[in-house]
Amino acid sequence: MPDQSAIIARVSEIIASHQGVEGPLLPILHAIQHQFGHVPQAALPVIAQALSLSKAEVHGVMSFYHDFREEPAGRHVVKLCRAESCQSVGADRVAAHAQARLGVDWHGTTPDGAVTLEPVFCLGLCACGPAAMVDGRLVGRVDEARVDALLAEVR
Amino acid sequence: MKDFILPDRDFGTPAAKSKQMVTLTIDGFDVTVPEGTSIMRAAAELGISVPKLCATDSLDAFGSCRLCLVEIEGRNGTPASCTTPVAPGIKVMTQTGKLKQLRRGVMELYISDHPLDCLTCAANGDCELQDQAGAVGLRDVRYEAVETHFRAKNTSGEANPQWLPKDDSNPYFSYDPSKCIVCSRCVRACEEVQGTFALTIEGRGWDSRVSFGMKTDTALASDCVSCGACVQACPTATLTEKSVIDIGTPDRAIVTTCAYCGVGCQFKAEMRGDELVRMVPYKHGKANRGHSCVKGRFAYGYASHKDRILNPMIRDSINDPWKEVSWAEAMEFAANRMKGIQERYGRQSVGVITSSRCTNEEAYLVQKLTRAVFMNNNTDTCARVCHSPTGYGLGQTFGTSAGTQDFDSVEHCDVALVIGANPHSGHPVFASRLKKRLRQGAKLIVIDPRRTEMVEGPHFKAAHHLALKPGTNVAIVTALAHVIVTEKLYNEAFIRARCDWDEFQDYMEFAADPRNSPEAIEMLTGVPAAEVRGAARLYATGGNAAIYYGLGVTEHSQGSTTVIGIANLAMLTGNIGRPGVGVNPLRGQNNVQGSCDMGSFPHELPGYRHVKGPEVRAIFEKAWGVTIDPEPGLRIPNMLDAAVEGSFKGLYCQGEDILQSDPDTKHVAAGLAAMECVIVHDLFLNETANYAHVFFPGSSFLEKDGTFTNAERRINMVRKVMAPKQGYADWEVTQMFARAMGADWNYTHPSQIMEEIALTTPSFAGVNYEALETKGSIQWPCNEKAPEGTPLMHIDGFVRGKGKFIRTEYVATDEKTGPRFPLLLTTGRILSQYNVGAQTRRTENVVWHGEDVLEIHPHDAETRGIREGDFVRLASRAGETTLRATLTDKVSPGVVYTTFHHPVTQANVITTDFSDWATNCPEYKVTAVQVSPSNGPSEWQEAYEAQASLSRRIAAAE
Repeated sequence: MPDQSAIIARVSEIIASHQGVEGPLLPILHAIQHQFGHVPQAALPVIAQALSLSKAEVHGVMSFYHDFREEPAGRHVVKLCRAESCQSVGADRVAAHAQARLGVDWHGTTPDGAVTLEPVFCLGLCACGPAAMVDGRLVGRVDEARVDALLAEVR
Repeated sequence: MKDFILPDRDFGTPAAKSKQMVTLTIDGFDVTVPEGTSIMRAAAELGISVPKLCATDSLDAFGSCRLCLVEIEGRNGTPASCTTPVAPGIKVMTQTGKLKQLRRGVMELYISDHPLDCLTCAANGDCELQDQAGAVGLRDVRYEAVETHFRAKNTSGEANPQWLPKDDSNPYFSYDPSKCIVCSRCVRACEEVQGTFALTIEGRGWDSRVSFGMKTDTALASDCVSCGACVQACPTATLTEKSVIDIGTPDRAIVTTCAYCGVGCQFKAEMRGDELVRMVPYKHGKANRGHSCVKGRFAYGYASHKDRILNPMIRDSINDPWKEVSWAEAMEFAANRMKGIQERYGRQSVGVITSSRCTNEEAYLVQKLTRAVFMNNNTDTCARVCHSPTGYGLGQTFGTSAGTQDFDSVEHCDVALVIGANPHSGHPVFASRLKKRLRQGAKLIVIDPRRTEMVEGPHFKAAHHLALKPGTNVAIVTALAHVIVTEKLYNEAFIRARCDWDEFQDYMEFAADPRNSPEAIEMLTGVPAAEVRGAARLYATGGNAAIYYGLGVTEHSQGSTTVIGIANLAMLTGNIGRPGVGVNPLRGQNNVQGSCDMGSFPHELPGYRHVKGPEVRAIFEKAWGVTIDPEPGLRIPNMLDAAVEGSFKGLYCQGEDILQSDPDTKHVAAGLAAMECVIVHDLFLNETANYAHVFFPGSSFLEKDGTFTNAERRINMVRKVMAPKQGYADWEVTQMFARAMGADWNYTHPSQIMEEIALTTPSFAGVNYEALETKGSIQWPCNEKAPEGTPLMHIDGFVRGKGKFIRTEYVATDEKTGPRFPLLLTTGRILSQYNVGAQTRRTENVVWHGEDVLEIHPHDAETRGIREGDFVRLASRAGETTLRATLTDKVSPGVVYTTFHHPVTQANVITTDFSDWATNCPEYKVTAVQVSPSNGPSEWQEAYEAQASLSRRIAAAE
């Protein structure tokens, strides 16, 4: 993990490269997450200072969006849809299976750092539920067997 | 919440300012309100309270609680009355079957996730959630609370991840997330009212929580400045004063005025019995408009601190321990000593110092004591060391010794020029009002050696920060005038009409001289010329431009010159005499304006009239039945010099700690030690009392009636909310002493003193307690010409007739850096502490500032081998002290900065006795110093501590 001063230096560069962008907060948060895989807490006061905001405001915006991470995720991220349509075709069962197989709860990362399991509310794939997303790739009709296959693929 | 006593009705949304009126019908009644008013407020005007939770009239409407729904004939749905503006002719129903059902449904949801522990809740009897549940007739909650935010554990004993523990890190209020209904009132109060943006809502939906700062912060670790706005806004027990948790709800409230800074905020002192439960800012206070800061809102604990002295004390010599005596004995002892001194050393050998913390009436009596009883003019006040140059400079140029505006004026200002002031720390409530205006788009120019909190912050940033070298104010102000004059940005019509044209020509010739150009002074001030030019152009052409300045202007060897320069800028650009402009000194102490008005200066009788004038003396000679000395008396520094020389022997010092607050501590100590009778009249055994022979215990502002005059010349009522703990209000003590000295004073109430002031002082002619009670407050001058008082001065013409331009030649101070003392020390304030800290150090405010620290630039620190937190020795030509250093780039290289809130630091051991050429105001803001690593306290600090602890001994009662 890079030390604090390295984080702050890189964050400052990212902020500088967004000069002149209208509504720069979200683009900056995206760029930082892209860089570090998460948004380090140490970045927040730096962003606040640069944009004439308070650190509370930056925290408020960041925490509103679940996809901005406070901690680095595992090497792979598996998202399972928890919305109504998928639930009606067995998403709960699939989720329980995935949790049991990985030994983690929602938002948890396996001890080997390989997989992070996350809930998501609707991937727009209702016709092919239960739906999942693995490292940004959509997967439909996920049952226990397919979960096992997906996990085997990423582990 | 919490407006249940002295019902200040909550109208739900702020008043609209439109002049266009709109008539509508609510529940069958016609009501006419300004355009832009919300339906909720219009209903409230009729006396109809629409149920609400997220609305309060200090905040803009938000529309999140969905309780204030109404129906409007001909419109679909049930709009929220807080966010729906009135329209002509609409018919609104606030109570229909449909609305009742909807509101109950909403309320059921709120209550389903709220602990029902009302009987043991701190907000019991003072809870809007409780009130609104009653108002909507909630009788049953159908939802079973399975997943909640308020249960620490579920039924099987597992920890509830949604439950958050109480945050008790702030010493004054507690944050209990389990009672929160997430109405966002606290977040909005922090943003809209205070302008700190320390609070936010984190997460979303069911996970939404109020959060202080970031994830890892607590209330104390966040940006929170503990102003109390969120606590006041909270409708539940989520944010509650710890004093209320401790004591219970108050049962009555008395409106009074804060005794801290010169803003003069009004508060409701909420009481139970004679115990003060809390101070709540008063919505109708015209200086603060319902806002407060950590000092006035919470830091009143000093009034009941164990250090407070409650019995009079005397001693023969300052080496003896104190002896507690009766009031009568103390008076006799003090009077005999003073009489003896006057017999032996003459009439002029004694004097008084009035207090800027006491009331007008008390200051008046103390100066009357010296003029009518001691029979000399040896009176001075702490304004000597702060705003005396303001009195001189504004008196010379405009004709009055006071600010020109009221604080409401800031709402109309387009450009604010803040010079040598840090309102964020010194005048926080004004700073909040200024920041609000800045967020609306006004521009800001800051002239300060240090990058203060005023330079940038959430949602504001100064357009120009001129970080000048300490001591070069005059050069900068004249350079601003140079740009305005040479670029022809001045307002010729205004100058021709309102000022003396010949004097303007003369001043213009002076200012236009190339040696005063920004380029010519760049090397001197360290400010890039382009910045100065930009600032001058903005000030001259940016619309309504107002100047706010503080002690960074006055406490210099050329303090008066800078004040004159500031007045020149305002006259050049015509920024005088209307809302949003003006010259506004930010006065330091609660009643420093008043104590000056009351004739505390040795050359002036009340109302700034020179003591040499026989017609003025005649007025007071008639009223007092004595002959007044026509010669001006001694200023504080002269008193001390005379004491060292042996001709000044006795001093009555009320409510001021000259040993800590006046420059060159060693000289002050020598002067005091040379006197034969020093009478200190104070709440605590302050530093000056170490050299005193008589101690009169003082009363706090909670324990007396009277008036304070704030920085906008506003006379505010101070009301007694409890009996004086030591028996007498300060004015009674002064009267007892005067009587012991042989005077026949018989005041029975401060109102009689105010009557005498009004009778003798034209600018106070219309002021009396009855008028103050009805009007709330009055801004002087208040007389036949202005029976309602005077919010804005110099509207049609200057008080002195024509505005006077005076040349402002820059003369460098004699205090210069050199090889031995290469750094410049400047001093300032911090938000949580006040002045010498006698009050705030005795409150929980010390959690924010436990000791004075020295700010030093990392570059200067590195060359000296100083690291963060190191003990350093700070030495000047006058003396040396030690304190801890902190490394920051808020100060420029070559400049160091500290505060003087703690007596152990003794920052004034360092400051020199250089002073303003016109008024002797000490040059606190510039001292050449050297900083070096150190192991511990200096010899002076150790010797002083030893003397102080010896001197503070009180003999045990026999």
